[in-house]
Amino acid sequence: MCTTCGCGAGEVKIDGNDPHHEHEHVHADGTRHSHGHGHEGEQSHDHGHEGEHSHDHGHRYAPVHSHAAAHSHAPGVSQKRMVQIEQDILAKNNAYAAQNRERLAARGIFTLNLVSSPGSGKTTLLCKTIEMLKGKSSVAVIEGDQQTSQDAERIRATGAPAIQINTGKGCHLDAHMVGHAMEKLSLPEDSLLMVENVGNLVCPAAFDLGEAHKVVILSVTEGEDKPIKYPDMFRAATLMLLNKCDLLPYLSFKVDAAIEFARRVNPGIEVIQLSATTGQGMDEWLNWIEVGARDTVTRKLATVDALQRRVAEPEAKLGAR
Amino acid sequence: MHEMSLAEGVLQVIEDAARAQEFSKVKAVWLEIGQLSGVEVEAMKFCFDAVVRDSIADGARLEIIATPGSGWCMQCSTTVPMSEVFGECPDCGSHQMQVTGGTEMRVKELEVA
Repeated sequence: MCTTCGCGAGEVKIDGNDPHHEHEHVHADGTRHSHGHGHEGEQSHDHGHEGEHSHDHGHRYAPVHSHAAAHSHAPGVSQKRMVQIEQDILAKNNAYAAQNRERLAARGIFTLNLVSSPGSGKTTLLCKTIEMLKGKSSVAVIEGDQQTSQDAERIRATGAPAIQINTGKGCHLDAHMVGHAMEKLSLPEDSLLMVENVGNLVCPAAFDLGEAHKVVILSVTEGEDKPIKYPDMFRAATLMLLNKCDLLPYLSFKVDAAIEFARRVNPGIEVIQLSATTGQGMDEWLNWIEVGARDTVTRKLATVDALQRRVAEPEAKLGAR
Repeated sequence: MHEMSLAEGVLQVIEDAARAQEFSKVKAVWLEIGQLSGVEVEAMKFCFDAVVRDSIADGARLEIIATPGSGWCMQCSTTVPMSEVFGECPDCGSHQMQVTGGTEMRVKELEVA
């Protein structure tokens, strides 16, 4: 649907099932919004769209025409009525993300949103990370892909629980989908949650899922100038993992240049060079996770303590009476 | 970037406002789009027209208010204009810059009936 990246509405599946109130989300206003669904599954979709295409252009290049049409629908209304909105377009997603973040913080769950282009080795890196964390931390995974549950199956083979979200035509995960997946996973307290986003260096940058950090993975088989080609993603990330570093001797990839480009876009970005295949650099990555996880638990305990104190004070006063 | 999802977000904001403020037709929509927001205005217009079809905003005019980008240069300790998120400071040439303005994506105002 989208001319830029092909994203569109609907068709979201969590482990093969429709999330149960997807309709509430898509059908914001009953029949008015039904076009999103009306398009789907109808054979005429492509044709219909193409047919209307020229109409669309007519509107865009002849705004006077569309204005006149609007007037003819409401001939009695002549004065302008303006409504101030002042609302962020992503407000709805951000509200869901804040909800997720609150739920995760309350349970001490350290959450990372892994983003990259397709083929950077995210799933292999995740599998290796889970294996190395075995016995130390409990990890659960939310997998995002347009189609298939192959990645979730690869994760489950390591013994970690995983939920697959299929975004259908969508090019990114949003906070609403992730909230549903979190419910299904029944995450233990003080654990780790890894969200593997749809392989896409553009759209996931703008969609907060409620994670603690975005971690961007750049493999050395890609161009070292990716950070300046896709700056939004590298700006949104806290950490950049340079993956497949075992292949460096065979490539002309310039590590220093890649890091310099990343820092140009995001001066504060941290960088770890590693290889999921050989295990080089993995300790540094695991250490980074451990520090973050510990902080999350510490913050949770501080909040719990503060709440208990707040409850204890009036209780003590009541008791003293 | 993902202008289709954004256009759907715009329609959602409009429909929520329609319920709250009781109007049934939207004639024009003003969007504030920052220069550094990553939104492609032409793609946004295209997607908007497609998304609002058969909705309360069918045929509505889309007006874009472009807001300029700005950033904080850590070397100069001052706010300077930026045209790209990885831009350099026009004064000292440093890339040690943090974006401070021009990332807006907001529905500002509607003309309704």
